[in-house]
Amino acid sequence: MKKVFSRPRSLKDVPFHYCPGCTHGVAHRLVAEVIDELGIQDNVIGNAPVGCAVFTMDYFDFDMISAAHGRAPAVATGVKRVLPDRVVFTYQGDGDLAAIGTGEFVHAAVRGEKITCIFINNAVYGMTGGQMAPTTLLGQKTKTTPYGRDSEVNGYPIKVCEMLTPLDGAAYVARVAVHSPKAIIQAKKAIKKAFQVQINGLGFSLVEILSTCPTNWGLTPLEAVKWLDENMIPYFPLGEYKVPPAGVI
Amino acid sequence: MIEAVYIAGHGGQGTLSTGQLLANACLKEGKFVAYLPFYGVEKRGGVSNCGVTISDQRISSPFVAEPTVLIAMNSISLEKYESAVVPDGLVIANSSLVENAVTRDDVRVVPIPANEEAEQMGDPMVANNIILGALLELTGVVSIQIVAESLKEVLPERHHGKIPANVRALERGAELARRHKIRENK
Amino acid sequence: MSKILMKGNEAIGEGAVRAGCRYFFGYPITPQSELTHYLAKRLPEVGGLFLQAESEVASINMVYGAAAAGARVMTSSSGPGISLMQEGLSFLAGSELPSVVVNLMRGGPGLGNIAPSQSDYFQAAKGGGHGDYHMIVLAPNTVQEMLDTMGNAFDLADKYRNPVMVMADGVMGQMMEPVDLGGDVRVEIPPKSWATTGMAHHAGKNVINSCLVIPEEMEELNLKLEKKYKEISQKEQVCDEYMLEGADIVLVAFGLVSRICMSAVEKARAMGIKAGLIRPVTLWPFPAGFIGKTADKTRAYLTVEMNMGQMIEDVKLAVCGRAPVYHYGRLGGMVPDVRDVLAEIKNLHEGDAGR
Repeated sequence: MKKVFSRPRSLKDVPFHYCPGCTHGVAHRLVAEVIDELGIQDNVIGNAPVGCAVFTMDYFDFDMISAAHGRAPAVATGVKRVLPDRVVFTYQGDGDLAAIGTGEFVHAAVRGEKITCIFINNAVYGMTGGQMAPTTLLGQKTKTTPYGRDSEVNGYPIKVCEMLTPLDGAAYVARVAVHSPKAIIQAKKAIKKAFQVQINGLGFSLVEILSTCPTNWGLTPLEAVKWLDENMIPYFPLGEYKVPPAGVI
Repeated sequence: MIEAVYIAGHGGQGTLSTGQLLANACLKEGKFVAYLPFYGVEKRGGVSNCGVTISDQRISSPFVAEPTVLIAMNSISLEKYESAVVPDGLVIANSSLVENAVTRDDVRVVPIPANEEAEQMGDPMVANNIILGALLELTGVVSIQIVAESLKEVLPERHHGKIPANVRALERGAELARRHKIRENK
Repeated sequence: MSKILMKGNEAIGEGAVRAGCRYFFGYPITPQSELTHYLAKRLPEVGGLFLQAESEVASINMVYGAAAAGARVMTSSSGPGISLMQEGLSFLAGSELPSVVVNLMRGGPGLGNIAPSQSDYFQAAKGGGHGDYHMIVLAPNTVQEMLDTMGNAFDLADKYRNPVMVMADGVMGQMMEPVDLGGDVRVEIPPKSWATTGMAHHAGKNVINSCLVIPEEMEELNLKLEKKYKEISQKEQVCDEYMLEGADIVLVAFGLVSRICMSAVEKARAMGIKAGLIRPVTLWPFPAGFIGKTADKTRAYLTVEMNMGQMIEDVKLAVCGRAPVYHYGRLGGMVPDVRDVLAEIKNLHEGDAGR
């Protein structure tokens, strides 16, 4: 019988610890598939964040570094500058990248650092127990916005891709989602492009992946997928925000 | 210890580069040297002092707490540091800018009108080396020739054209000091 | 080779280059800026990289990444900048990454000033970051030693897979003294099979990590670190002595203050007072072994520091009640005057121990 589907080599054969319906697992798989397809498993170094995805260290089957909260783009900078011929990426959540780590990812982009950031936006803090994220939507209830996020108190959700677009050092910026088969196929394409941009030395690349967190959203996995589609995508439009000139990748 | 020199003035008077030049030349002579700068937070025009310790053995403290030589480039520097000079120490005052008189009678005072002399030589920037020339003449700590050689190392290459003017300034300072010595002996 | 006149800041930079360091990540702060200027010029000459980061927080994490990639790497800062690095230093210690951090101390707390100080002793020697850890802390007292200590710092960092801090007060960075650069530089950097360089470049998968959620595993890491710190403590204590022969009043001082104390001891000896000096070269591990051995012969100790009395705690632990230990300090960027240190020695000599 012909084998048509198997676990990517870059993903270890261990059970994920993620909650039912969490899309970290999908995102992990996409990254691992891309790394396999590009044939870079032996030359890639990943940087894990602080948050639920700290355990990427255990799931990816290649060299991994655990970074302090928000600092993965700085750590990745250090690695890439020492080993410019390797592929270096970060995998960060919304609290890690877009709150405490705002300085690090923005300046990595400003420098045109040849690294890739995989940015998981699920509009909530997962591991610490459901607090407001910088990407929490207006009106969205979390443990620290029990009456819903109020712009008078908490301001507005941060739009990372839109922020990065004007920066000259940012070569590839895209926002994708993993809530439907079609979206997942698009997401993989974007992740692959981001790594190719890095491999071709074009500059900084970031893929924002809209993801679900049913546990902290207080929804079932199916409801969560629907909530993402109806609430997150209108505020965080999908698409490629910045692409290199045609023909370079 | 041979000399503990304290050079005090304000930014732009070349106090720090004078100290570095002196330290560099004494090192060439095989002496132990230490140079320590002190300056205000302002990038331009603030307090600018340095201490240079010259010794024939390993230097313990590089801080010039009790100078054997004080170079006062302006009035306030003289006022502030005059009392720290060791008894029988030497005070070289830039008399172009120092208006106050030395109040102690147990130190040797040599006034050098460095700014006026520098103006007459056509380069106001060499006033500090006129003072240094006087120091070399009065202390004999190192020769003008060695200091002239050190200028090549201390000055960035783009300023090497100014070396002859600076050497003339050193010689002029030494000459003024010699004249002062003659007056002292009369 | 003949000696050349060098600034402390330049000597640290040149010492690092000669130790095989090819990466510097840092953020400007006075009074260590000249070190960054020197390396910004010097590192590209040897094929290295100087990168100005967006903050000290980023700098120390770039150091973390470069160290994880197996490079000899350093950063430098002062006061507030070193405070910002504390999280990163804890991570470097926890992940056992060799790296060198230079602290040219300035007056504090808060923004303080840019004048010389030794008020970061506790932060460096006791660990300013979170968790149980130690950095190796080296405190040179001449410009020559600032150059030489860098090679030692990188070697110790690699030998023990541990962050090393080189500490001096700010004015030492500006101080100029003759330096012998020595002959040809031969650096042997040990192989780093643990580094995350990609699986094609070592056997199996490497992980750099200090996150162990299972307490039993975290305790295991702590025990491993403790064992390493004990070994360092046994093997790496270094101190200098000066005129200690027959001394009954012993000064203890590090860095530039030790030089002021040397002058004070000389003056005291000239007056017939049997004073001597112990100068810790390693602040951690603290040379408690040597100091402890002098306790039975010493009438009184005097620590002289540019702080309210920080190292004195380690001296007291070493002396263990066998002799009184006093402190003389200047604060906020003020430097002890040799005459005042001498007056303190005279007070002790005259038996004024009841202060």
